[in-house]
Amino acid sequence: MSDFPRWKYALVALMMLFGVIYALPNAFPPLQAVQVTANREAPPINDALKQKVEAGLKAKKIAVTSVFVEGDHLLATFANSDVQKSGSDEIKALLGDGYTVAFKLQSNVPHWLGAIGARSMPLGLDLQGGVHFLMQVDQKDAIDKQENSYADDVRSLLRQKNIRYESVVRNAVAGQGITVILRSAADRSTASDAIANEYTDLNVSEGANTGDRFVLNVAIKPEKLRELSRSAITQNLGTLRNRINALGVSEPLIQQQGDSRIVVELAGVQDPTEAKKLIGAVATLQYRPGIGQPGDPRAVDAARTGNIPPDANLFYMRGDHRPVLVSKQIIVTGNQLVDASSGIDQESGTPKVDVTLNAAGARKMADFTNANVGKPMAVVYVETIYETKIVDGKEIRVPKVTETVINDANIGSPFSSKFQTTGLGSPKEASELALLLKGGALAAPMDIVAEGVIGASLGQDNIDKGFMAVMLGLALVLVAAAVYYKLFGLVADIALFFNLVILVAVMSLIGVTLTMPGVAGIVLTLGMAIDANVLICERVREELRNGSSPHASIRAGYEKAWSTILDANVTHLIAALALTTMGSGAIKGFGVTLMIGILTSLFTSVTLTHAFTAAIHGNRKLKTLSV
Amino acid sequence: MEIFNHDSNIHFLGMRKYTIALAILLMIVSIGLIAVKGLNYGLDFTGGVSMTVDYDQSVEIADVRAALEKGGLDGAMVQSLGGTREVSIRMQTKDVPEAADASGKINLDRVAANVTKVLQAARPDAKLKNPEFISAEVGAELRSDGTVAAVFVILGIMAYLWIRFERRFAIAAVATEVHDVLVTLGILALVQREFDMTVLASVLAVIGYSINDKVVVFDRIRELFRLARKAEPEEILNRSINNTLSRTIITSLFTAITMGALFFFGGTAVHGFAVTMLIGILVGTLSSIFVASPILLWLGVSKKDLMPVTKENPELARRP
Repeated sequence: MSDFPRWKYALVALMMLFGVIYALPNAFPPLQAVQVTANREAPPINDALKQKVEAGLKAKKIAVTSVFVEGDHLLATFANSDVQKSGSDEIKALLGDGYTVAFKLQSNVPHWLGAIGARSMPLGLDLQGGVHFLMQVDQKDAIDKQENSYADDVRSLLRQKNIRYESVVRNAVAGQGITVILRSAADRSTASDAIANEYTDLNVSEGANTGDRFVLNVAIKPEKLRELSRSAITQNLGTLRNRINALGVSEPLIQQQGDSRIVVELAGVQDPTEAKKLIGAVATLQYRPGIGQPGDPRAVDAARTGNIPPDANLFYMRGDHRPVLVSKQIIVTGNQLVDASSGIDQESGTPKVDVTLNAAGARKMADFTNANVGKPMAVVYVETIYETKIVDGKEIRVPKVTETVINDANIGSPFSSKFQTTGLGSPKEASELALLLKGGALAAPMDIVAEGVIGASLGQDNIDKGFMAVMLGLALVLVAAAVYYKLFGLVADIALFFNLVILVAVMSLIGVTLTMPGVAGIVLTLGMAIDANVLICERVREELRNGSSPHASIRAGYEKAWSTILDANVTHLIAALALTTMGSGAIKGFGVTLMIGILTSLFTSVTLTHAFTAAIHGNRKLKTLSV
Repeated sequence: MEIFNHDSNIHFLGMRKYTIALAILLMIVSIGLIAVKGLNYGLDFTGGVSMTVDYDQSVEIADVRAALEKGGLDGAMVQSLGGTREVSIRMQTKDVPEAADASGKINLDRVAANVTKVLQAARPDAKLKNPEFISAEVGAELRSDGTVAAVFVILGIMAYLWIRFERRFAIAAVATEVHDVLVTLGILALVQREFDMTVLASVLAVIGYSINDKVVVFDRIRELFRLARKAEPEEILNRSINNTLSRTIITSLFTAITMGALFFFGGTAVHGFAVTMLIGILVGTLSSIFVASPILLWLGVSKKDLMPVTKENPELARRP
């Protein structure tokens, strides 16, 4: 038919081809593998190690499909997850502490498909299991931080009100409050009033006097303390969610357990070590005044003798380990950061992180940089890792804080809210840092107390049932459409099939995690996608009844149905959009599926069927239509 | 093949007093049911207890599930943890009999003791470890996000229909939408089906389905109004419903077929989804036919509201 342009045929053919190619990877189920990565101190992965692993597995009669070195890690693939488990145990025992041994799903997709970006859909936790982390939130640290900040606030308040004070000191134990020492009873009562007025969350009480030292005890009110621990865990939940979203695991389970624990379950995570690094890391940046340049004689001297100036810390530069002295004063911390993104610095060609500060941080930064042009400023990267140590036969967890300077350069010109940090080792490092910073600060450090691999919650039986239902539902609709609308029904069937293919292709391409509710969403989409064809077919029938010629009926049918289809689908799309933005777990996945489904079905049920109809009825003289 | 007579001219609008009254009654009953019986919220919403069970010998997940069910502990989520000897169990406290102690507070030890008893009845080597309370997965966050999303979707749909059609269509669509969702929830409350995350997703999908259904009828109403020379609203609305009747029912049937397949063969994981959707399809289809158009008529829709806006001819305006 002449009114179906050639370019549209080409578009339809192209989309069909796209669908088939990008849906294809799902036909190759991934292999169960065990991944071995070398820790920093261990000898690198090489062929000798490969042979060792092979021999070890052979000695224990564990059937391994293949062992090979890929980049900086070693992979051993197994036939099924049971063998994988015993294989992993054996490799762990064989290699000892120097290596990280983790489960992995090794993609089995042919190389040429991977090369064009085609990959299979990741499966959700309910379909294939994943990794499980139990994290402990260090509530004490949140209180600690809060008390520190109150101590600073009290100090500046007293200064602001011109109340002379001897000292404002935090008590050593978290939760014990702040001791303020004043010079006179009068000062004490004004200070007491000022603090109580300004900070309603603080309890102020008078302590014992010794000579001319008038003591004021400041403590955080118990209800505020309770709120603090509650909000610490909520903020950590939120931060974790951000970090995990950035990881690209789209349907994680993140749940509070008890008062201070959080459970995280990630489906089909390829590399648990990577995930752990990102989830568990407590990393933040501190911008501090620098003292001299890295490798400065004073710094070298301090590193050699251990005599560090009282107002400074001695750190080392990341990468080349040159000693550097940095002031103890902190200008801005990661908490005041609003946004961070990584990129490449145009001038130097090195990786950078662009940072945006909030108003308070920007003010402090502007004040400092204005006054200190030409002087150095250091960016200190603070990372807290928890280590388990055995003390007196008991396991205790010790936080280990590493502080490295990632950048120490002179301030060229004053800046405030937006600036960049350069001098990062690699683009990967820059993007990881940006991710950590953007993920938000944890209100309190968290450490992983347990981790494990979990199996699919549904079990193979349920999954098989689900897929069988999909196929059966699809088959029934295909038959029903063909019976009811004959040839037009068959064309609609082809469209429906390609709708499924293209839908899977798009979902795979953007990496939507497939879960059981997602499968239900696909089924629903298929059921509703046929609606457009029903509308078209009913219209064509109407036109025929009204006495139009077959060709005219087809044309009118498509034309008139189009506006209805568009209106119906746009409104449906708005509803699906809401599901997606509600964004948590199963609902989000379902919403995304629905949204993509509506768009693909618009194409397949209108344009694709039109192309087929035009090709079939094309230039023939028609007496009737099979509809 | 045709199931429906294409010349059908059932006088749907004639029954409008009864159908609207029935719809309002259903809505009131639904609100009552939701208020009195409430929805039977699942673990996703209520939280519950989580525990790990160690076995000396390897164990099948299905066996653990069967053992729990046999002991009257329905609705537990069982997952394997790492190896084959460790499973994690999550369940609602209300599913555990005698979980509360004398003072009526849920006692973790009693829950643990109860579950252990049931498991050891089937396998004496079962050992229960670290039982703990877990919070709801659908947190306050999702609830507030959900409200925002619901408002957003209502406004979005209204705005679109307002622009593409006319104000009255937007109001009628949203009113019917609210009816459909309430009645679907009412039925869920009546039969006390467990309301979990997938059911929530399904209820939201019902919104999408039913709005789709209404728009098709509205589209035909607009078309017929524009074509008709003499436009009696009641006549036009009735004709529109009749003209689209076969598509309304065929599409509902097709969608229902797929959901039926999911219900009968899809396994327990998608049961709730399919049931909710089937209820929603039924409610949505009936309200497309019997409720949406009467509301339109009642709001006073007319031909002149729907004519494409044409520039007025200044020549004509000047004439006397």
